[in-house]
Amino acid sequence: MRIGLFITCVNDLVYPATGVAVTRILRGLGHTVEFPAGQTCCGQLHANSGYRRAALPLVHGFAAAFAGYDAVVSPSGSCVAMVREWYPRLVPDTAALAARVYELSELLVDVLGVTDLGARYPYRVTYHPTCHGLRVLRLGDRPLRLLRAVRDIELVDLPAAGECCGFGGTFALRNAEVSAAMLADKCGHVTGTGAGVLTAADNSCLAHIGGGLSRTRAAVRAVHYAQILAGTAGAP
Amino acid sequence: MTGRPGGARPFPAAARVALADPQLRANLRNATGTIRDKRAAVVAEQPDWAQLRAAGAAIKDRVLRHLPELLEQFEHAATAAGATVHWAPDAAAANRIVADLVRAAGAREVVKVKSMATQEIGLNQALAAEGLAAYETDLAELIVQLGGDTPSHILVPAIHYNRTQIRDIFTDRMPGAPADLDDDPAALAEAARLHLRRRFLAAKVAVSGANFAIAETGTLVVLESEGNGRMCLTLPDTLISVVGVEKLLPAFTDLEVFLQLLPRSSTGERMNPYTSMWTGVHPGDGPRSVHVVLLDNGRSSVLADGTGRQALRCIRCSACLNVCPVYERVGGHAYGSVYPGPIGAILAPQLSGGTAYGSLPFASSLCGACADVCPVRIDIPEVLVHLRQSTVESTSAWFPPRGTGMRLLAWVMRDPRRYGAALRLAAFGGRVAATVLRRRVLHRLPWPGSRWTAARDAPLPAPEPFRDWWRRTGGAG
Repeated sequence: MRIGLFITCVNDLVYPATGVAVTRILRGLGHTVEFPAGQTCCGQLHANSGYRRAALPLVHGFAAAFAGYDAVVSPSGSCVAMVREWYPRLVPDTAALAARVYELSELLVDVLGVTDLGARYPYRVTYHPTCHGLRVLRLGDRPLRLLRAVRDIELVDLPAAGECCGFGGTFALRNAEVSAAMLADKCGHVTGTGAGVLTAADNSCLAHIGGGLSRTRAAVRAVHYAQILAGTAGAP
Repeated sequence: MTGRPGGARPFPAAARVALADPQLRANLRNATGTIRDKRAAVVAEQPDWAQLRAAGAAIKDRVLRHLPELLEQFEHAATAAGATVHWAPDAAAANRIVADLVRAAGAREVVKVKSMATQEIGLNQALAAEGLAAYETDLAELIVQLGGDTPSHILVPAIHYNRTQIRDIFTDRMPGAPADLDDDPAALAEAARLHLRRRFLAAKVAVSGANFAIAETGTLVVLESEGNGRMCLTLPDTLISVVGVEKLLPAFTDLEVFLQLLPRSSTGERMNPYTSMWTGVHPGDGPRSVHVVLLDNGRSSVLADGTGRQALRCIRCSACLNVCPVYERVGGHAYGSVYPGPIGAILAPQLSGGTAYGSLPFASSLCGACADVCPVRIDIPEVLVHLRQSTVESTSAWFPPRGTGMRLLAWVMRDPRRYGAALRLAAFGGRVAATVLRRRVLHRLPWPGSRWTAARDAPLPAPEPFRDWWRRTGGAG
């Protein structure tokens, strides 16, 4: 299958290792992965903040960059939710393409029918289901099924897992204090699990929770689950 | 829409005050957590919940599409049954109508059933200004009224108090409260019951809202838990109900859907203890003079907005408040509106029509928990984003130029070459910072990043953007 990788702006800038992991996983399964250089940002930041007109050129840019692919994969539940749920409402022509855009766990579990990627990760890990993955894409337990197949991993349940960490894009700046109150509770739940690693399907949420954890000097590392599956996550 | 005194304070500032109150945080966490769990349990046992929600949304949408005809049908049916129907285009008109009716009944005071519509129009204050007293009879509304406070929740107006605080309000302010009242809930309820009983028996006029108004029959429906509503709706001679025009249901049988959706979503009960229905006047039974004030107060303009109108499906259950992580941490007062929480953030700005509640659509992380529980499937995040857009597009001030940063960012991102260059520049900055600081996170950023770093470290850009790694290695690195 010829798969286009949509890296997302946050990963391109801050977390390229997640993109490396996705590429390694999919090539390891024998698929062609390409990175169309014309891609930039999905426009979610602008659209969700009310700058719809500023987002429109980004929607068209995405459509042009990924037009020819059988499937488009992205290691971000939130950006995939933007493309799949919002693009058709913003630009109706994008509906057919939007339906072929998958979050990594959807592509692996639903399209490619794989859950065991042969990885080993001998650490205590807790998983945070991010809001847009949980309630927009309805990822369900797909990322967890992939993680459960990892050798020697000790997965521990995160209390109040479905509750937002308080990131919400510009919400974290505009309503910084409320966001911080939500974050404090999330960090408390994470550290309470005794896990050394927090994982999720979105590096923006992980940057938020991870930023809170590192501020409080908590001994928990935030890492995208693709890196655990690819065997590139490293130690806690 | 009538806001609160001081309601113009932007949400972030009001939220800051609420966040600094640990007692409030604890009260809210306990209360919302309890209702949330109860709701989840009784919804889970309903196998056709998804279909009920779809039916609820469809019925309400039909009402909104055929509102003028249904309103006329309601007026005709209610009038034929002996009620008098009044039309109120706004809050002032509704208050005028009610005050005149109270005076015409020869009364100086009214007892009230809990009603969001009368909160919305500020009826109690309007009556007080004319020398007429309005006594709330719902326990929580009574607590709030005695405390000189405002409600902070649609269904549980005193959710911000714990029982000790309530005991103090009763002993200080409630006529006839025993001096040695303790904070046992049963004792508090009994004290309120004795106090209210005197009000019920003395009142000549009652004022209510309605949960539903049936167009086909002219029937009004009130759901409640305490029986105070039943007392108000049956004892006084005159009954005045202020009803938002969106409360209509086409047919009596539509209640089948809503009497399942509402109690489970609001109090987490399979069925609420009291459901009262009345259709006009019945000689020898109940009030002898029945009035219905149909209230627009901004609803027609909300109806004209194709995306925003779904907010008018709302049946005021409060499920969205109870699951909202923002509401849970700041409570209802921070919203500065009669309607707080996620539904308030889309209703208040729309009903007011102005910019008074402009900060509310931004008071959400768009986590979507509200949309998941809404019994009439209002896509609250969609409307929030829609209203943000209206705010951004309507405020085109030249100085200071609003949203310059966002527009500049979009300009950079629009072109892959500009964008790639910006990433490279950021990566260079990240490498320099990492060398100087000898770490990969920032503890402090200048404004507006300072809002982030107040509570969180910020990651540095990676030494090499992903696209450069790809170009260098072809993805095989």
